[in-house]
Amino acid sequence: MWDYSEKVMDHYRNPRNVGSIEDADAVGLAGSLTCGDQLKIYLKIKDNIVTDAKFQTFGCGSAVASSSILTEMIIGKTVDEVRKITNKDIADELGGLPPEKMHCSVMGYEALEDALKNYKKDGYVDLDELNNVNNPQSDENKIICTCFQVTKKVIIDAIKNNNLKTVDEITNYTKAGGACGRCRGDIQKVIDEYYQNIKPEVKELTPTQWILKVNNIIETQISPELVKDGGDIELVDIKDKKVYVKLHGMCSGCKNSTMTLKLFVETTLKNALGDDIEVIEVN
Amino acid sequence: MEERLIYLDNNATTKIDERVLEAMMPYFKQEYANPSSMYNFSKKSSNAIKEARGKVKDFLNAKDEKEIIFTSCGSESANTAIRGFLNYNDKTKKHIITSAVEHPCVLNVYRNLEKQGYKVDYIGVNSNGEINLEELKDKVKQDTALVSIMWANNETGILNPIEKISDIVKTKNPDTKLFVDGVQAAGKVPIDVQSANVDMLGISGHKFHAPKGIGALYINSKTMITPLIIGGHQERGKRAGTENTPYIVGIGKAAELACDNLQYEMTEVKRLRDKLESGIVKSIYNARVNTGAAQRVPNTTNIGFEYIEGELILLHLSDLGICASSGSACTSGSLEPSHVLRAMNVPFTAIHGSIRWSLSRFTTESEIDYVLEKLPQVIESIAKISPYQKELAQLKSLRA
Repeated sequence: MWDYSEKVMDHYRNPRNVGSIEDADAVGLAGSLTCGDQLKIYLKIKDNIVTDAKFQTFGCGSAVASSSILTEMIIGKTVDEVRKITNKDIADELGGLPPEKMHCSVMGYEALEDALKNYKKDGYVDLDELNNVNNPQSDENKIICTCFQVTKKVIIDAIKNNNLKTVDEITNYTKAGGACGRCRGDIQKVIDEYYQNIKPEVKELTPTQWILKVNNIIETQISPELVKDGGDIELVDIKDKKVYVKLHGMCSGCKNSTMTLKLFVETTLKNALGDDIEVIEVN
Repeated sequence: MEERLIYLDNNATTKIDERVLEAMMPYFKQEYANPSSMYNFSKKSSNAIKEARGKVKDFLNAKDEKEIIFTSCGSESANTAIRGFLNYNDKTKKHIITSAVEHPCVLNVYRNLEKQGYKVDYIGVNSNGEINLEELKDKVKQDTALVSIMWANNETGILNPIEKISDIVKTKNPDTKLFVDGVQAAGKVPIDVQSANVDMLGISGHKFHAPKGIGALYINSKTMITPLIIGGHQERGKRAGTENTPYIVGIGKAAELACDNLQYEMTEVKRLRDKLESGIVKSIYNARVNTGAAQRVPNTTNIGFEYIEGELILLHLSDLGICASSGSACTSGSLEPSHVLRAMNVPFTAIHGSIRWSLSRFTTESEIDYVLEKLPQVIESIAKISPYQKELAQLKSLRA
């Protein structure tokens, strides 16, 4: 049995905004019957604000919950705000989803993106963009996973929005590689290419943003791992690239603590923020 | 949420029969002796194991008690039979035949053996789930070491004509051995390893009201294996490890009770299954029985609900206290729907919404009535949110 959050259960038991909108201003579709889940989303947009949203979903509990909460998240928002919503926002709003079910939140994101793809306030359609979207030859639209028809763009978006690192994670989020598995090598290439192309964005941040960013990584990626082993980590200070931390509980005084620090904390921070990060333990 | 529990997932596991538990209890408490020991204290344990072996022998109609070994589960029985036999056998014979719809505990053993140089043919099934006997006949060759076919399928309940299959195999190559996964047949239909001419057959206790953690394997006296677990002399050298006395007693008692209740399974349980199946198809317009008119075990029906998804059906049923299972991709954590339903070419409109209902001798008429009363509302509420409204409306008018 899946460990669904209360919110997920509430939304599949009592889905909000079910149905279609006859005179919708934008309609988006993601998934297919063959793949086992499909979402259709209908938007009513007035003065650049989403005034109504409805959905129809063929899919499991988390697919229905993702669709249902997405409609709640977008009603009343401006189109620009709606464009910024990612699958992670949907999953977070639901109080999280099991890793194997993250692709349901991605489906919500894809349907929304599909709806807004050609929507322009003034009815103007950018032909170049449309051409690009409909051109299967373009690099972004290259199908990586033929079983589930997953494009390179979908994979890159999932990496970008969720900080994914492994092929298994890509499978959980996009289904790509989850059937015959023949494309797993190609997925790895997309991951490698993505991380080669991005540069750490550290320098553009203000000091406060920088501190928040470091703290966020400690709280979401490092602390939970240490807590699992009965310990914890506290951020004491940050001076540019030097991160001062204190270890608690099982970790402090443990002979392995230095190793834990160097290997785990530093690697995690370096992966996320760049190779010049230095971790210093204080008492 | 309701407190009620209506358990219709007996192909996954079953409730322990009180009488089984009662028979086991002394061997958890005062009768803890190692059955291999020399003193009188161990006599009761060793006799209890002998008695249990006799009951399993009768259950399968084996010729001799020596042909029964106890294992920990159905998967161990299958692994011991398949790998144990191949390890013992003439290594130049590298060909194996099985079916595309076997249980993963068998299928994945063959996928693994393929990597070790065996050539495996997977025989297909028709849209009712019945095995293609012509194809089987065609594939048996001089170097075919093993044919491995399940007696009954876990998802559909389809029964394979094991006697006929054995006949086909042995006529073409008398040296080819036949292993039968009997896990889903045990307790539901009569099993006679002698008249069916089976070389090896595995069963699992918890599928017929014994606890989890005990299985058995029949290996006829003409078939030799190399044991997987090497150690002491237990199970006549075919499976080392101190005998699990209480659980062995449990599977023995469960086998005895299964024999006693077989007639009930084949009449009364079948009647309730048929009532459930026809009731669903009658009251729900997008329901289809996935197995057609093929021969099945009496307790199972697999029904596809078109244009809706199975996990969601199960979640709503669970809220009503009803337990069933689904061949949908979403329930398993894998991303692909059931390999069994796909091998049968169940249409994609129905495969993701397929629900397996499996009854037992503890299922009551009022439970079936409750499901028949509640299910239409559940299906209707899910169909309402499907993007396939046009297709559903078409189906509805077609059935009206």
